[in-house]
Amino acid sequence: MIESMIIGILEQGFIYGIMAMGVYITYTILDFPDLSVDGTFPLGIAVCFVMISHAMDPWLALLAAFAAGCIAGAFTGIFNVKLRIRNLLCGILTMTALYSVNYGIVGKASDFLGMDSVTIFSMTERFFPGHSALYSKLAVIIVIAIASKFALDWYMRTKSGFLLRSVGDNEGLVITLAKNPGTIKIIGLSIANGLVALAGAVYCQYSRAFNVGSGTGTVVMGLAAVIIGTTVFRKLKFMRVTTGVLLGMIVYKACISIALAAGLRSQDTNFMITVLFIVTLVINEFFVKKKKAGVKRNG
Amino acid sequence: MVELSAVDKTFNQGTIDEKVLFDGFSIKIEQGEFVAVIGSNGSGKTTMLNIISGSAAVDGGKVLLGGTEINGMKDYKRALRIGRVFQAPAMGTCSSMTIWENLSIADNKGRPFGLSFGLNRKRKDFYRSQLEFLGMGLENRLDTLAGALSGGQRQALALIMATLVRPELLLLDEHTAALDPKAADIVMELTDKVVKEKKITSLMVTHNLRYAVEYGTRTIMMHEGKIVLDVSGQERTDTDIDDYLKIFNEISLEKGNSL
Ligand SMILES: Nc1ncnc2c1ncn2[C@@H]1O[C@H](COP(=O)(O)OP(=O)(O)O)[C@@H](O)[C@H]1O
Ligand SMILES: [Mg+2]
Repeated sequence: MIESMIIGILEQGFIYGIMAMGVYITYTILDFPDLSVDGTFPLGIAVCFVMISHAMDPWLALLAAFAAGCIAGAFTGIFNVKLRIRNLLCGILTMTALYSVNYGIVGKASDFLGMDSVTIFSMTERFFPGHSALYSKLAVIIVIAIASKFALDWYMRTKSGFLLRSVGDNEGLVITLAKNPGTIKIIGLSIANGLVALAGAVYCQYSRAFNVGSGTGTVVMGLAAVIIGTTVFRKLKFMRVTTGVLLGMIVYKACISIALAAGLRSQDTNFMITVLFIVTLVINEFFVKKKKAGVKRNG
Repeated sequence: MVELSAVDKTFNQGTIDEKVLFDGFSIKIEQGEFVAVIGSNGSGKTTMLNIISGSAAVDGGKVLLGGTEINGMKDYKRALRIGRVFQAPAMGTCSSMTIWENLSIADNKGRPFGLSFGLNRKRKDFYRSQLEFLGMGLENRLDTLAGALSGGQRQALALIMATLVRPELLLLDEHTAALDPKAADIVMELTDKVVKEKKITSLMVTHNLRYAVEYGTRTIMMHEGKIVLDVSGQERTDTDIDDYLKIFNEISLEKGNSL
């Protein structure tokens, strides 16, 4: 009982942790409150769902979902950079449009994968005999999450990644480096939403279901994990922020599971999430001095 | 090298806050000149630099760089040829990146920022030698975040970054004003050294009259969007701080405002 509960927390924590790393890019690195996430997570589910129900390769479905998320994220960036729409609104627009897109991709509001459909989990379960079968999904999820984390860590150390890190911190510096900060923002939003959709695709294969409304609250969940990850785990110097964000999501999922086990009604979770979120934010403001004060162009 | 020709600039046009700053403003800076710009607050020094760098647009007139009109060229494209250091030390560096990372991106200016490794390992010793010259002990702190440095250290780093890939033109906007006197002197000396060594045409706005007299090859004084004094060569050598102060005071009496 306890064992399967912990496995469930870890499975969900790592899946949503991939999403949270995307939120980390937009919220922390780009300083862009990106609400597209509530649309790109189910976009990943939708793309993956359709491909798997057409008996396509489930690993390829993960890649395709990532690409779809990248495109959606680029739209958010283009709305902001080229059409000069406010950042918060850009995400809302993408999210709203994606609701219809996601519905259109699957063709209905909700559906389940057939019993015989092949997922990354059904492909790998034979490697886990006996009791270890309990851990088969978790193992696959961890591999994907860790691989995503290392890919992101690697990217952040490339020249392109250096620009991404500077643009949120000091846009003026990027200009003096003769680079268009707008383009870099678009790239950042693209990668971020690619990760979110990838998480959606893994979730699709994990839950074997599509629901057009399943994205609601994703971004808040991601933000909570990022804040836990960047404040609580920041003290541990040896650990990269991305690791902190993954762990942040696990802590978050654990809190929710415990609350549910303690008798919280599932319809009340959103309310509790919001309260928890605000408390975390307030604590965050209280303990962390405002960083990057006064970095503006041409002060 | 760089020229503003009959430039007009009005802020908040058509509102009660309308402010005509430049009306047919012209200035021409030759290759190799190191121009010190002084002038009262609000005289248009920063706006002049903004117009050259492309972060402010003109309402009329021409901006020329190397003889070509660049009125329509975006700021980040102009930056390929123009380096810039601002008054606030935070603006020239990325606070969440280390000294080494900052130097590496600055060193890559003008080249593609692709998926190769960001840190420049080959040039580490060169960066050390550049930092050593400052005498600030930064050469042993390559892995320190720029955000953790003092204002003077950050500004020195910003200056090195702005000139690591030699720009044709360097714009300095009161880049020592936010520093304590000792740090200001170090940064000013570094500026002089870099500008001379790399032969960079430079335009330096300064609040410090001593710097305007001791450094550079030409001094310009601005007031209310106009150039009221422009000296170089022997004439400049013969002008000392007291002479500049006298002109300041005369203008102030005339116009009824202060330095
Ligand atoms: N963005 C702006 N909007 C409105 N007025 C401005 C703006 N920038 C500068 N000004 C006005 O133009 C004048 C010159 O400013 P500035 O170039 O910053 O002067 P300086 O750098 O010589 O102190 C000032 O009167 C200032 O109020
Ligand atoms: Mg100024």
